[in-house]
Amino acid sequence: MSNLNDTLEKRALLEAVNLALHRAMQEDENVVVLGEDVGVNGGVFRATLGLRDRFGFKRVIDTPLAETMIAGLAVGMAAQGLKPVMEIQFLGFIYAAMEHLVSHASRIRCRTRGRLSCPMVLRSPMGAGIRAPEHHSESTEALFAHIPGLRVVIPSSPARAYGLLLSAIDDPDPVIFLEPTRLYRMNPQPIIDDGRRLPLDTCFTLREGSDITLISWGASVHETLQAARMLEERGVSAEVIDVASIKPLDLDTLEASVRKTGRCVIVHEAPRSCGVGAEIAASLYERALLDLQAPIQRVTAPDIPPPLYRLEQLYIPSPEDVLAACELVLNYA
Amino acid sequence: MSNRIELPYTRFLDPEGRLVGELPAWGDDFNLLTDLYRRMVLTRLFDQKAVALQRTGRIGTYAPTLGQEAIGVAIGSLLRDDDVLVPYYRDTAVQLMRGVRMEEILLYWGGDERGSDFQDPRSKEDFPICVPIATQSLHACGVATAIKIRGQHRAVVTTCGDGATSKGDFLEALNVAGAWQLPVVFVVNNNQWAISVPRRIQSGAPTLAQKAIGAGFHGEQVDGNDVLAVYDRVQWALDRARHGKGPVLLECISYRLGDHTTADDATRYRDADEVKAAWQEEPIKRLQAFLAASEAWDEGREQALIADCQRQVQAAVDNFENAGTQPVEAVLDHVYARWPAALGDQREMLMERVARREEGRGHE
Ligand SMILES: Cc1ncc(C[n+]2csc(CCOP(=O)(O)OP(=O)(O)O)c2C)c(N)n1
Repeated sequence: MSNLNDTLEKRALLEAVNLALHRAMQEDENVVVLGEDVGVNGGVFRATLGLRDRFGFKRVIDTPLAETMIAGLAVGMAAQGLKPVMEIQFLGFIYAAMEHLVSHASRIRCRTRGRLSCPMVLRSPMGAGIRAPEHHSESTEALFAHIPGLRVVIPSSPARAYGLLLSAIDDPDPVIFLEPTRLYRMNPQPIIDDGRRLPLDTCFTLREGSDITLISWGASVHETLQAARMLEERGVSAEVIDVASIKPLDLDTLEASVRKTGRCVIVHEAPRSCGVGAEIAASLYERALLDLQAPIQRVTAPDIPPPLYRLEQLYIPSPEDVLAACELVLNYA
Repeated sequence: MSNRIELPYTRFLDPEGRLVGELPAWGDDFNLLTDLYRRMVLTRLFDQKAVALQRTGRIGTYAPTLGQEAIGVAIGSLLRDDDVLVPYYRDTAVQLMRGVRMEEILLYWGGDERGSDFQDPRSKEDFPICVPIATQSLHACGVATAIKIRGQHRAVVTTCGDGATSKGDFLEALNVAGAWQLPVVFVVNNNQWAISVPRRIQSGAPTLAQKAIGAGFHGEQVDGNDVLAVYDRVQWALDRARHGKGPVLLECISYRLGDHTTADDATRYRDADEVKAAWQEEPIKRLQAFLAASEAWDEGREQALIADCQRQVQAAVDNFENAGTQPVEAVLDHVYARWPAALGDQREMLMERVARREEGRGHE
């Protein structure tokens, strides 16, 4: 197996997204890509590179600059049985699309008792750490996770980006698929372009451990894994779980892990208040209070807009910040 | 059937700098004309420097204003101190003329919030540059509404690109400005491209200016590479607005000669020939030719101007580079007027982070 992987080209998360889009468009002619600059330019990050050449103008659509319109169009297209995969250029520009996501995409199935549905995917880059301008560094997954009828998926590796995006496109309901820009070009890995899907309702255990459970998603998985390696050097065995599907949450996997280790730290880049970390902590208290040896700790951004880039590193939790929280939990009397 | 609405189009100078129409009374005020020229040159040299700073990693992403100096300089020289500017990210020229310091502009693009805390009293009510497209159009209408409610003789100028005219915010702003006859001037910087998407894909309307017609007010086109034309029309529009005669939309036709931002590569989607042709239209050469033909400008003055601008720009770069970073607490200081006690001590959390990072560096 490793021999096969050696011969495979390594791909970063961005390329994995591109590969999945090619695959999905090739498998199903109903898949249509639309957004700002997705055509000739292949997207500002190049996630849609080559799609226009391969699938043409009718299926790879450069829209006028209007996010409300992009989302509204997608609802109409999806109700007709197309599978629009729209790109919102940066998560900070999604708010204009919110009305259509919240008021229509998420509930058209429910309102029509299943007569109409909205099988669309909204892709958008998310997160800080690439010295981008204002409104290019947001992590607002909790806003979408709160809305009934939406799914929210955040990959943290090229392979998971590939498999999860294909599932997101298959899914009969609207999926918000958020791509951490900080990981776009990091840690390439061999990917087999076999169209294999990954489930949208399970967490991924990246590392097994017995002393403490570290829960994270998106770009923060990177720092969380680093913290786990640092803990290992100190003789502490950390289990690391990538939540990946933020909504719906696979609480069973999280619960089982916490019951095993008795200790838990949740790491996310989004601001603390009302973040997804709070939801996970509350659920784990409901399910496993008596198995917990210490209060769950959250390592998050503060409750501030992402600062301009000179201070953005302070905003993003570092491995050392995770480690400090772990120490608190491990040393709890 | 035609969807063309006949709208005025103003140009005084052709690309060679020859007069093609009669200049208004101010046309023989060579102090004014050379001042406009100086401002455009300063803007261009600053802009070049900003791009160079980005290329060497000293500031972050920057949106060059190359080729569009005429629009900003004309607006900037006509705004009065008590008018309000609601700009977008390609408005370096207007901002400079509002007294925003070059080091402030560099601080902003260099990733430091202090760059939007303008120190000059002229810009104290101006909005910071707007990054989410077209949202500023509505803010401008809000400012204009306040002016109208208070019965003041002031005006608001808001700018945006051609792409921005596709957004609901822009169209909603036109609508309310027309319905309430607000003292606001919309200046569309039609530079032909919204990143990789050409103007024709944004809208089926043959002019962007005609969008004002549907909202019940006046729109017209201007040669955005002719600073005198822009000056003339902005002056007229601002005067009307200040006298309670309602909004105006000016579509200034120009060309984005540079990349969209320093993170963009326009050669991916744009023809070299098209760009080459656009260079023939650019605003600085045009006014220079006119001034030279009128003997108001010569090589000696040009050299002196460039040396002076370069000194100013370099001084600003030095100030920027010596500005240091903000204290860490600054990221919390202004999120709320007073940090809510119920949010806990996030200052402590951040100070611990700083300590950990410093410790980490100590090990290196
Ligand atoms: C709401 C929103 N969507 C997308 C973006 C990303 N973006 C930044 S500039 C730009 C193109 C804007 O073009 P235009 O309005 O013509 O102005 P120009 O940059 O050409 O001056 C886009 C799509 C954004 N900043 N805001």
